Amino acid sequence: MRKARLATVWLDGCSGCHMSLLDMDERLIDVLGQVDLVYSPLVDVKEYPNDVDVVLVEGAVSSEEDAEKILKIRKRTKVVVSLGDCAVTSNVPSMRNRFKLEEVEHRAFVENAQNNPQVPRQVIPRLLPHSRPVHEFVKVDVFVPGCPPEADTIYFVLTELLAGRLPDLSGKTHFGA
Amino acid sequence: MPKELVIDPVTRIEGHSKITIQLGENGEVRDARFHVTQFRGFEKFCEGRPFGEMPGLTGRTCGICPVSHLMASAKACDALLAIQIPPTAAKLRRIMNLAQLVQSHALSFFHLSSPDLLLGMDADPAKRNIVGVIEARPSLGRDGIALRKWGQQIIAMLAGKRIHPAWVVPGGVSEPLSSDMCDKILTSIPEALAISQRTLSWFKDTVEEFREEIRTFGNFPTMFMALVTPQEPGTHNALLEHYDGKLRFIDASGNIVLDQIDPTRYADYISESCEADSYLKSPYFKSAGYPDGIYRVGPLARLNVIDRCGTPLADREWTEFRALRRGVILSSFHQHYARLVEILYGIERIEQLLNDPDILDKNVRAFAKPSRFEGIGVAEAPRGTLIHHYKIDQNGLITWVNMIIATGHNNLAMNQSVKQVAQHFVKADRIQEGMLNRVEAVIRTYDPCLSCSTHALGNMPLHIRLLTPEGTLLDEIKRG
Ligand code: SF4
Repeated sequence: MRKARLATVWLDGCSGCHMSLLDMDERLIDVLGQVDLVYSPLVDVKEYPNDVDVVLVEGAVSSEEDAEKILKIRKRTKVVVSLGDCAVTSNVPSMRNRFKLEEVEHRAFVENAQNNPQVPRQVIPRLLPHSRPVHEFVKVDVFVPGCPPEADTIYFVLTELLAGRLPDLSGKTHFGA
Repeated sequence: MPKELVIDPVTRIEGHSKITIQLGENGEVRDARFHVTQFRGFEKFCEGRPFGEMPGLTGRTCGICPVSHLMASAKACDALLAIQIPPTAAKLRRIMNLAQLVQSHALSFFHLSSPDLLLGMDADPAKRNIVGVIEARPSLGRDGIALRKWGQQIIAMLAGKRIHPAWVVPGGVSEPLSSDMCDKILTSIPEALAISQRTLSWFKDTVEEFREEIRTFGNFPTMFMALVTPQEPGTHNALLEHYDGKLRFIDASGNIVLDQIDPTRYADYISESCEADSYLKSPYFKSAGYPDGIYRVGPLARLNVIDRCGTPLADREWTEFRALRRGVILSSFHQHYARLVEILYGIERIEQLLNDPDILDKNVRAFAKPSRFEGIGVAEAPRGTLIHHYKIDQNGLITWVNMIIATGHNNLAMNQSVKQVAQHFVKADRIQEGMLNRVEAVIRTYDPCLSCSTHALGNMPLHIRLLTPEGTLLDEIKRG
């Protein structure tokens, strides 16, 4: 039997959800032994591949680049998991939504800079006016709230998915800390 | 004719950064730019929040070093309250900060960089990752997982949770340490020390193989900045310090430029510059101007500025480390080495603090109302000096925030490091084999916590294009 193809993706999050994944500690070795980790910040793969079985998505969709990525990921993946509050609700990144994007940029790059104050516009991707949760862009199959979800929860989600079941998370997760 | 080399990781998902290398008339490397492409805007959106929320909120800047943000933020809040926190609270915060230093350095060394060190810079990219390390040398992979776990567990024992705990509060910490937990951590010390020591000796045996990288990886003169312990002016007994202390600046020869600077006066010495093509600002040493005021922070800087570490095993390793070269250690490649020495220090220091007679004291939180409108908190994050600066109104609501992140301080140095590697590997309009891997690896020595401003945890899939100013493609190289 071919190994399941797992990917993990990091959009606009703090990396805490990925750190919680690593907090599975020794269980990480078992899980990584059962799958092909085909794409992740932890491995050296250039292009999001085709035929991915499961992707864990951390973070909200905040830039034009994030939006393009998540559409591509959806096309190439069977099960999309929104991992953590930023992916599920847009959480911390969405706190900028009550301000105009220009105001947010102005504070950091004009007010709080002594040399060359200017909003960066060259080379780098533009931010979207608002930061939004993943399911506003693509269909999401599993929602795992938590900031971050506990390592035990992530382990449960992965082992259920590897056993071919959609995890039933009722009573197992909560939003926030 | 001037040309441009663009390293454009358009396809990668984790590393929101790009690199451009400017070539001069004769194909020589003239400049290099490291573009950070992610931005979240904490400095604005915290506006209007009650100041007491700031530790929990700004901790969410980064899941790798949330504790550093908790420290800097809580200290800025203590300053707003204009109080001294109970001594035991400060010691407990210190333990947590050191536990994070160990786990974060373990992540950087084992999970992210050991694939390059163990398997080689030019190893098969499909294997060059932590899974490859676990296959090739299971003991090394397991040691890394165990050491990271050790640090994370201490954070959880103190604070109830490994990532984004709520235990650090303005005025101290919310719960004292129980004697059970204290014993439990103390019992785990010998194993952590053993891992840290055998990793150091493995690294020291291996490091000779990287002579070329040591020579070309960010090996240039800059100033260095870090916190050190407070001391009498003119004495030479400043120790390693991560939670409190005073700023010291040294020049590239090791001479002290400024010493015992109250970190709340950071703005007198550091200014920030914006770049048109990066969301990461470049702080610089004010009196030297931009961009000459380049300085480095982080493990290498800390080991360069101190007079000794302050714990027996780490002091021995530090002496050996500093003997690598007369004067200060300039190669950024040695950040790896510096991280291992700091891990050892962190473990020893945690043991010392746990053996402190007051450590179980129940008085760990001071209560007060805000009595200043401005507060600054500074701590050493694993990657370097972290500054939080807040202003509030009479209701305790935030009106203004500035944060200078450790990775920001290193921005100019990272740019220059990329340039140095490129100069070594770009010859006569052609990109030499091995450049891609080394450009990644040099950035990785800084362990840039780009999630603090962007994200680039691990490897960056790269695409380099060598273009003429008219856009004609001269050479192209992709990895993957
Ligand atoms: S949900 Fe929490 S831990 Fe996860 S990325 Fe968002 S802020 Fe970080």
